[in-house]
Amino acid sequence: MKKVSLGLSKDRPDGSLDVARLRSRFPIFSRPIRGKRLVYLDSAASCQKPDTVLDTIDRFYREDYSNIHRGVHFLSERATVAFEGGRKKVADYIGAKNHREIVFLRGATEAINLVASSWGDQEISARDEILISEMEHHSNIVPWQMLARRKGARIKILPVDDAGDLRLDMLPDLLNDRTRLVALAHVSNALGTVNDLDSVIDEAHQRGVPVLVDAAQSFAHHPVDVSALDCDFLVASAHKAYGPTGTGFLWARSEILQSMPPYQGGGNMIRSVTFDGTLFDDPPWRFEAGTPDIGGVIGFGAALDFITQIGRESICAHEERLLTSAVDQLMQVDGLTLIGTPRRRASAISFTLDGIHPHDAGTVMDHEGVAVRVGHHCAQPLMERFGVPATIRASFGCYNDEDDIEDLLKAITRTKEMLG
Amino acid sequence: MNSDLRELYQELILDHSRKPRNFGPIEGACLQAEGFNPFCGDRVRIYVKRTGDRISDLRFDGVGCAISTASASLLTDTLKGSTVEEMKRYFEQFHALVTGEESPPDPVDLGKLEAFSGVSEFPIRVKCATLCWHTLKQALSGEEDLLVSTER
Repeated sequence: MKKVSLGLSKDRPDGSLDVARLRSRFPIFSRPIRGKRLVYLDSAASCQKPDTVLDTIDRFYREDYSNIHRGVHFLSERATVAFEGGRKKVADYIGAKNHREIVFLRGATEAINLVASSWGDQEISARDEILISEMEHHSNIVPWQMLARRKGARIKILPVDDAGDLRLDMLPDLLNDRTRLVALAHVSNALGTVNDLDSVIDEAHQRGVPVLVDAAQSFAHHPVDVSALDCDFLVASAHKAYGPTGTGFLWARSEILQSMPPYQGGGNMIRSVTFDGTLFDDPPWRFEAGTPDIGGVIGFGAALDFITQIGRESICAHEERLLTSAVDQLMQVDGLTLIGTPRRRASAISFTLDGIHPHDAGTVMDHEGVAVRVGHHCAQPLMERFGVPATIRASFGCYNDEDDIEDLLKAITRTKEMLG
Repeated sequence: MNSDLRELYQELILDHSRKPRNFGPIEGACLQAEGFNPFCGDRVRIYVKRTGDRISDLRFDGVGCAISTASASLLTDTLKGSTVEEMKRYFEQFHALVTGEESPPDPVDLGKLEAFSGVSEFPIRVKCATLCWHTLKQALSGEEDLLVSTER
């Protein structure tokens, strides 16, 4: 049998990725954009999907589709096994002790909302404090603001320094007897900062304060291990990890999940229902009312298989090399200002061009076939911190290479020629 | 360079975005409104002095992309001295121009505003071009200082 390379890191003696092979597994790259080769530098917003994810979802709907859990027929059993298999894959991927600690939801946003509604409504009282940071995505700000408003609680902000790193030195001043939760991004979606959460979690735990980690941006680009982190809640979305949209999860320690009341009511989350009352199911099903995104979860599982098969460390190392190279080259560009020069970076680089609004730059770069994100990246308080209305963000995935950086630099030159 | 892009970023538009005309507030009392595009963070504040039916003075400030800044600059240049009724006809015609929809019957001469014809090829940029117009309408409605948002 002929051996076919899948772009696996183990195919190469030095463990590096065969990006050309890898790209061929992503059908989107065979599509020219405006007559040019696609230079996709927007993986921080969402990753493209590999063939195995698309095929798995397609095959599920064609061959194994049915609703899950309550059916006794052949297809329902197949679908249930595949869906619950997705739960085990996520648990393995994040180093969870028990797959019952994984709750499937629409995404990281819904997962944070679940914690704010269920855990927050139970645990947060007037004058309590929730500590978040200045670099949070709106999804890790707004649910806490809504909870704080309901309860008369307060949001405290851990500031970011000029380099885009958290001011961890201020943590002792911000953690106090009223602090009930710390909720922080693992990696900043706007700046690419990798936060050193070990020390934060340590300090919070010394005070008995639980920590929620928003791993949406780190999930596919940096090691994520709940046992190593020793956090209490962790959330992420499938679509930022080569999986489909509409699926994500909450991980929480078993004892915390056990203590939490249901989030939404409906089918699938009950033991028994009478008009006098309802007995709720155990976690995680207690939090999964209604028919979930079965195909999405199965596709998510395939995406995690894809990452594991390519090699998580190899992907991280590959992206780190690209980021270092891109930062070095961008720093040489006249009139370009990096927004954030953090100690450790994953996934993304933000910058501005003198006298050119990011929105205009985005349009010109798009015409060069270069897909970057421009705007506030759902982190308006962070934009305000850096005194910019918006930035241009280039973000990387396993399928990017040095050619993409070269094309990014060419597109920047074009932009400056046209608008500078 | 791609011709669509040249159409969008015409010299006149680039000139007005780099050197916006009528930039800065009107001294003394006037009608005002602020427009905001949450999609890209653009902000424009429109200042209008109304004398009877006429827009006797019109200025703006704010932060925005080249399209939104040039649009506000050319809007203030074009409409200063016209009546509120004329403004409405201009807006209707301008809206048709940037969205590529059919012009209203009995069209007005847009003059320099024709430079925005290229926007119709970039549907996502329509809001950049029309933000200042919506904001002007809001300011003229007389209700003090309302925030106009492009997102409903």
